[in-house]
Amino acid sequence: MKIIVSIKQVPDTSGKVAVNPDGTLNRASMQTITNPDDMNALEAALKMKDATGCKVVVVTMGPPPAAGMLREALAMGADEAVLVSAREFGGSDTYATSQVLAAAISTIGVEDDDIVMCGRQAIDGDTAQVGPQIAEKLNLPQITYAADIQVDGKSVTVKRMLEDGYMTIKTQTPCLITCIKELNEPRYMSVGGVFEAYSKPLATFNYETLKDHPLIDATTIGLKGSPTNIFKSFTPPQKGAGMMLEGADKDTCEKLAGILAKKHII
Amino acid sequence: MDFHLTNEQLMLRKMYREFAENEVKPLAEEIDEEERFPMETVEKMAKLGMMGIYFPKEYGGAGGDVLSYAMCVEELAKVCGTTAVIVSAHTSLCCAPIFENGTEEQKRKYLPDLLSGRKIGAFGLTEPNAGTDASGQQTLAVKNENGDYVLNGSKCFITNGNVADTFVVFAMTDKSKGNHGISAFIVEKSFPGFSTGKHEKKMGIRGSSTCDLIFEDCIVPKENLLGKEGKGFKIAMQTLDGGRIGIAAQALGLGEGAVNEAVKYTQERVQFGRRLSQFQNTQFQLADMHCRMQAAQYLVYAAACKKQLHEDYSMDASMAKLFAAEAASDVTRRAVQLFGGYGYTREYPVERMMRDAKITEIYEGTSEVQRMVISSHLGVK
Repeated sequence: MKIIVSIKQVPDTSGKVAVNPDGTLNRASMQTITNPDDMNALEAALKMKDATGCKVVVVTMGPPPAAGMLREALAMGADEAVLVSAREFGGSDTYATSQVLAAAISTIGVEDDDIVMCGRQAIDGDTAQVGPQIAEKLNLPQITYAADIQVDGKSVTVKRMLEDGYMTIKTQTPCLITCIKELNEPRYMSVGGVFEAYSKPLATFNYETLKDHPLIDATTIGLKGSPTNIFKSFTPPQKGAGMMLEGADKDTCEKLAGILAKKHII
Repeated sequence: MDFHLTNEQLMLRKMYREFAENEVKPLAEEIDEEERFPMETVEKMAKLGMMGIYFPKEYGGAGGDVLSYAMCVEELAKVCGTTAVIVSAHTSLCCAPIFENGTEEQKRKYLPDLLSGRKIGAFGLTEPNAGTDASGQQTLAVKNENGDYVLNGSKCFITNGNVADTFVVFAMTDKSKGNHGISAFIVEKSFPGFSTGKHEKKMGIRGSSTCDLIFEDCIVPKENLLGKEGKGFKIAMQTLDGGRIGIAAQALGLGEGAVNEAVKYTQERVQFGRRLSQFQNTQFQLADMHCRMQAAQYLVYAAACKKQLHEDYSMDASMAKLFAAEAASDVTRRAVQLFGGYGYTREYPVERMMRDAKITEIYEGTSEVQRMVISSHLGVK
């Protein structure tokens, strides 16, 4: 059994956010982190490794510096890493990205008892589309928003967290699961893990590696092949301070009802 | 000396910082206030390999290097002086002398538990009448009919004393030989006749355990003699050389932590209609404070690198500790001054940092002892 975890390097939005004149993020000028939901996916995979001894492979698509993030995943306990990186892949939207990642994951190999794991969504794009699209392209059953995962042989039971409650779904491996922060608390890198990280295998898949893969269509990858284009990006105006009414007496309640009625809320 | 950090060291620094920020900083005020040993933090550090950073994997260590260890102590001390000294005393004063002087059997017996953090280590040299004058040891070790040693006496100010399982202890095996009559022993807390005394109430590093060790006909098996009989003083001095890198790193972190806090605060606090950071006095103060800590960092890192390379680092460790400790005391005091009245309250961490910094000028060799070591290396007699 192996778990393939797809992770992404994203700008650290707790710092300063910089935007290029064309509306895209100026990633070079910003600190980067591993996408938080992807860390939950990696932690879930590492927990399965702790329990069963299975192999964990991390994969990312990104520029060469994303290798640093992969090394950190190796320092946390992943066994192997794959960096998917080529100019031809640059500027891909979710449709193009999932195509390339699906090809990469299929090149790594998805066996009968394997699981592919992703974070629910990345904090830069917030689309939550890449995981499900990879599953579609690889023809894998997918379970999104995992808040709990139980694996018993080939049987996988996942508790999904939805806005209005939970849903428990059972499926068989191979499958793809997207993970949310409620699933677990990601571990730190360990000192020993850091010293092992640079001797673990890290492969690079470039355009040459993947171009003949059946899932790759040269006309639908990269910026040019992406159906999504940024029309405009802007910083929304800050909301003003809210109004606070204190007290539970009749007068206050009437005042509140009056304000809400005036705004046609009630 | 080249301080170009390796990829591993850069990655470790990031990990230490995240750990310190998320796990250590939130407890720092509480453990200081309550004088509580942060056992939960030690357990977390143990899992991450932070209790045996620079020792080989074959004994349960993390397989790292001395600079990576110093950086760990530095990053912990930026947010909590107590947590930093727990790691430093355990690593430098207990694990190191056993690793460097122990027999293969002793290393196999004691190091795996210590380096994995399952057990905590401590070091017993100081006595009520043998502080800076460590040669005045009064604890006696007398051989009994089985060839085992019977220890009688007491040690004081022992860091990690109340929580440690394994102690490296020094005692006189031949009083007539002075320094050459001192021997080192590995003592387990379960040995008959061993007990710990009262917890010292301290000015700073209040969460760290500091207590007396008491030996009343304490039987130490002959196989627990560390190194050769009569070589204890040399082992103690070598151990303290290494320990000084840890304490220097603790002082470094405390000073750097205070600079970080002061930079943040002076950019927020407004007086006379301007942020404190806009006053030239503040700018000059912070520039000086940062320079002192940067210089301290170079000395600490240089000493750590020399130890790693098995070069003679005794003077380097003394210079690092002397400079970093005095810089930390000065910088934390200045940080309190920049905070004004708020700096004197426990609402902000700088007063704790100032209290914590003072001990770095005293333990593991006072600043005066460091000056003695440095001047003796210069041949000044």
